Amino acid sequence: MDILNAFVALLNFVIIPATAYGSQLALGALGVTLIYGILRFSNFAHGDTMAFGAMVTILFTWAFQAMGLSISPLPTALLALPIGIAFTAGMMLLTDKWVYRFYRKQKAKPIILVMVSLGVMFVLNGIVRVIIGVDEQQFNDGERFIIKAGDFKKMTGLDEGLAFKTSQGLTIIVTIIAVIALFWFLNRTRTGKSMRAYSDNEDLALLSGINPEKVVRVTWILAAILATTAGVLYGLDKAFKPFTYFQLLLPIFASAIVGGLGNPLGAIAGGYVIAFSEVMLTYAWKKVATYVLPESLAPDGLVQLLSTDYKFAVSFAILVIVLIFKPTGLFKGKSV
Amino acid sequence: MNKNLLLFGLVALLYIGTGVLQSWNTALAIFNMGLISAIMALGVNIQWGYAGLFNVGIMGFVALGGLATVLVSMPPVGEAWAAGGLRMIAALAMGAATVIAGVLTYKRMPKGRNRSLAVLGIFLVGFILYRMLFDPARDLIEAVNPASTGYLGGMGLPILLAWPLGGLLAAGAAWAIGKTALGLRSDYLAIATLGIAEIIIAVMKNEDWMARGVKNVVGLPRPVPYEVDLQESADFVANATWLGLDPAAASSLWVKLLYAGLFAVVLLVLIWLTQMALNSPWGRMMRAIRDNETAAEAMGKDVTRRHLQIFIIGSAICGMAGAMMTTLDGQLTPGTYQPLRFTFLVWVMVIVGGSGNNWGAVLGGFLIWWLWIQVEPIGGAIMGLLTLPLPEGSGLKSHLLDSVQHIRLLTMGVVLLLVLRFSPRGLIPEK
Repeated sequence: MDILNAFVALLNFVIIPATAYGSQLALGALGVTLIYGILRFSNFAHGDTMAFGAMVTILFTWAFQAMGLSISPLPTALLALPIGIAFTAGMMLLTDKWVYRFYRKQKAKPIILVMVSLGVMFVLNGIVRVIIGVDEQQFNDGERFIIKAGDFKKMTGLDEGLAFKTSQGLTIIVTIIAVIALFWFLNRTRTGKSMRAYSDNEDLALLSGINPEKVVRVTWILAAILATTAGVLYGLDKAFKPFTYFQLLLPIFASAIVGGLGNPLGAIAGGYVIAFSEVMLTYAWKKVATYVLPESLAPDGLVQLLSTDYKFAVSFAILVIVLIFKPTGLFKGKSV
Repeated sequence: MNKNLLLFGLVALLYIGTGVLQSWNTALAIFNMGLISAIMALGVNIQWGYAGLFNVGIMGFVALGGLATVLVSMPPVGEAWAAGGLRMIAALAMGAATVIAGVLTYKRMPKGRNRSLAVLGIFLVGFILYRMLFDPARDLIEAVNPASTGYLGGMGLPILLAWPLGGLLAAGAAWAIGKTALGLRSDYLAIATLGIAEIIIAVMKNEDWMARGVKNVVGLPRPVPYEVDLQESADFVANATWLGLDPAAASSLWVKLLYAGLFAVVLLVLIWLTQMALNSPWGRMMRAIRDNETAAEAMGKDVTRRHLQIFIIGSAICGMAGAMMTTLDGQLTPGTYQPLRFTFLVWVMVIVGGSGNNWGAVLGGFLIWWLWIQVEPIGGAIMGLLTLPLPEGSGLKSHLLDSVQHIRLLTMGVVLLLVLRFSPRGLIPEK
């Protein structure tokens, strides 16, 4: 019984939250890695792109809520998501046209593009703050839980409750769908194949008649889809606050690098590696330990390795370790 | 050179104009921060302009400088030292010993599973021992009079010593980062510095035993006299009346002037040093590396080592500027370190001023800082005009008026993009 209780506690506080968080990171890292693979720079504006997409979605969610439109028990935000994606994709294509294309034509060094993306980040950040403000926004509606802690206790007779939030379930399902669709696109369609060819060897791809501008456009649209979805799911699961999206940049980069920059499969794996390490290192293990260990060995303290304030330190530490020992990432990414 | 002098003259006019139109007190306050901004811009210019290194963690190095002021200048808290000082030192020594032992084991043992297990074991045992020493020490220290101290205090030395020490602290952090991220792709340094800055701020916010965290340390000692003392000194009051000034206003101006003098000395020395370095064989080597790493490497230059060197120097200058800024503020408030304000604003200064040119960076520092301060009232006034037709008390109007402060960010981002696009060499281009 104790073992079961320990497992439920673990599931409730570690496995489910980490899987949901990992999915959000994976979606974010996929966007970063795609841009890196095709355009060959680290896009610092990605966190704020997520914030932008989430913001548009939130605005339309509020509009739908005011109109009484709803797809209960699912959150209304899902209905607004395609609109958010459309706006974000349009914004990114415009940014590319006005900003990035000039440097691409010039064949500027990647670091110049990184710096330009920093400027874009600044502007996007300003736009988001001007439109929606810096405060936390709640836009989650519909059914809050798939399984409630109390119901679970009654159902199973265990002491530990298991709460499974709708937003967590949704995150996991949407991520699975998005990843399958993305891989199908990259591996099966003509455009996807040309993207991979362009990423692997630019000169050869150009020789075989691939239109680079089209590849770049499709990449921005894919990045917009992934970023908006990740942003909205993160906002549903936790809460929307512009500054947290800027802070997400570090774990997202860490995920992409741990997996190997430019490698989509790696980005997904990296997302979960970062999320699980972060949650496991900042979780107070006292509850689980009390169930598993005999009474005499039960811990007095919280058995928390790191305070949650340092969760960014976890992604950073993993990033540093990977950079020292395996700079190309776990799944062979692009050369260093 | 004439054009450059003209540009400096124009920026000087901006400050003088502020003095005449608003008040000399405001103008001097902006000028003091302008001096510090110029020093930060110099530090970043060394990294970017000389070597092409992209540092996105300036905020972290600036914050380390701020931490140094507390550690150097505040009086030590005897009770806290008695309660847990030695234990804390033991804990920190334990932590350091663990890391050293781990690294040494890694270097000495032959590659294989045994080595991995040994290193992992050392870190695990070391971490547990560290926490066993650290946790009680921290609790004991933080329990000592938490409302006013609750930390170990500093060394009680003159605060001016904190300036070089702040630089040293930042240099240490830069060494650790540079060691791991340099020599890899250029983006990696950017990402690693972004991370270290976040972590430095997190540590400073949460480790209350060190510098009181978000409870802030206020009342840092000053290198210049206090206004109140000046107003009480008969000589000063006599001088002020002789100049036809109110003693209270004169004391505030005099204090600011003294700060400005101190900062200006540092800035001038740094400009002289950086100009010398830029025109020396070392500076030529650095530019050669920046412009073509492969060719420089073929000439036998150790690119990664040189990059590490310059990264440390640049970060140290930022750390020093951070210490000076905290000295000027008279308090350490970790909650106020914002990446947009510290990291990205300094970048705008360097790019607008002219990367690769020290005078350009200094000009950018003064110009952008002035704009940063003055755009808000100007933007507020414009927004006030724009929203005039809207009814009083409407939600949209108050929202628009509130968003004025965010428009500054937007403006800076647009300025950065425009300069990068149309005038990438900045106002005073590299020769």
